[in-house]
Amino acid sequence: MHELSITRNIVAIVEEAAKGRRVRGVTLEVGELSGVVSEAIAFCFDVVTAGTALEGASLEIHKIEGRARCESCGAEFATATLFAACACGSGRLTRLHGEELNVKSMELMEAA
Amino acid sequence: MCEHCGCGEADATVLNLETGRETVVRHIVHDHPHDHDHDHSHDNEHAHDHDHLHSHSHDHDGGRRHHSHTAPEGALVELEARILAKNDALAHRNRAWFKGREILALNLVSSPGAGKTSLLERTIRDLIRELRLYVIEGDQATAYDGERIRAAGAPAVQVNTGSGCHLEADMVARGLQELRPSAGSIVMIENVGNLVCPALFDLGERAKVVILSVTEGDDKPLKYPHMFRAAELMILNKIDLLPHVDFDVSRAVANAAEVNPAITALELSARTGEGLEGWYAWLRREAAAVGDAVFR
Repeated sequence: MHELSITRNIVAIVEEAAKGRRVRGVTLEVGELSGVVSEAIAFCFDVVTAGTALEGASLEIHKIEGRARCESCGAEFATATLFAACACGSGRLTRLHGEELNVKSMELMEAA
Repeated sequence: MCEHCGCGEADATVLNLETGRETVVRHIVHDHPHDHDHDHSHDNEHAHDHDHLHSHSHDHDGGRRHHSHTAPEGALVELEARILAKNDALAHRNRAWFKGREILALNLVSSPGAGKTSLLERTIRDLIRELRLYVIEGDQATAYDGERIRAAGAPAVQVNTGSGCHLEADMVARGLQELRPSAGSIVMIENVGNLVCPALFDLGERAKVVILSVTEGDDKPLKYPHMFRAAELMILNKIDLLPHVDFDVSRAVANAAEVNPAITALELSARTGEGLEGWYAWLRREAAAVGDAVFR
């Protein structure tokens, strides 16, 4: 369950940026090839945020699908796995998207 | 231990097996005051069940979409922060520390029971007169493995992660502080037995070495692609048992190559010693390369 550890990191990043202000919502970007299960983060989020500036905050997770470019034929395509091959048969791929693991933004309780 | 946030139980401890000194690694990312006396009166009805797990296809214009659930708008603050940035920063510090001292650091990962500790014991016994070996042992609990390593003849520290399923860079930093490996040595970091979580947490190692035993499935590289993709070397252990199991070595190697075309595969038995020369040759070569790379 590395999602617990991941969620602690999320809370720490947001708390640091919030500087004591209450947080209403947090938006994440989680790539579908990142090795992190969004549902597990959502599960941990309420537990980890208890007693912090994020207690009660909503969690929005933007899942980002995997995309790769074939280094042999130049095609770009969506991929659901880390080790897909291109339609041309080549396995020499550059991953463009899908490994993101970012805290995109936070929404504070009061307008700035 | 804190039952509300679940954090207390995850504090890792580092036991110096040379001195017997035990220290606690506070979670670097979790420093809210532990005064958990809030009674969770959720009277503001903040609806814990709206997870918003809508999988939208990514839009690269920043994705600044309005949240329908926030009636009076609060201030939106863009953060664009990498979630693992703190661990990665500490891992980079460890890596620089290793490099400056010409130390080869390896992160050994596998399922529980694949033979990481047995391979280390054997390696230490065989090479202790030739190479200086140090070990950071990671387990959820007990110092059993650390004691085995010490008995084999190498200085070791035991990191117990508590509920944690993997080592993190701060635990390794604390381990190094206790271990103080000498320049030009090899530091083996034996991760918690787990093929999932350790793939995500950089410790500052030169390479990950994944150990797969033939009593497991030869399809494991496909089932745990993150780990096999992150590893530079795959060791197939317990090959003395091959006559008794259905494990297909060539299929395992092909599966690993499918996930990671650059992976090197070695076959050995830590118990009988068969194939160990290949592993030792790899270690010697890597250790020499670290020494050559220091001023590059």
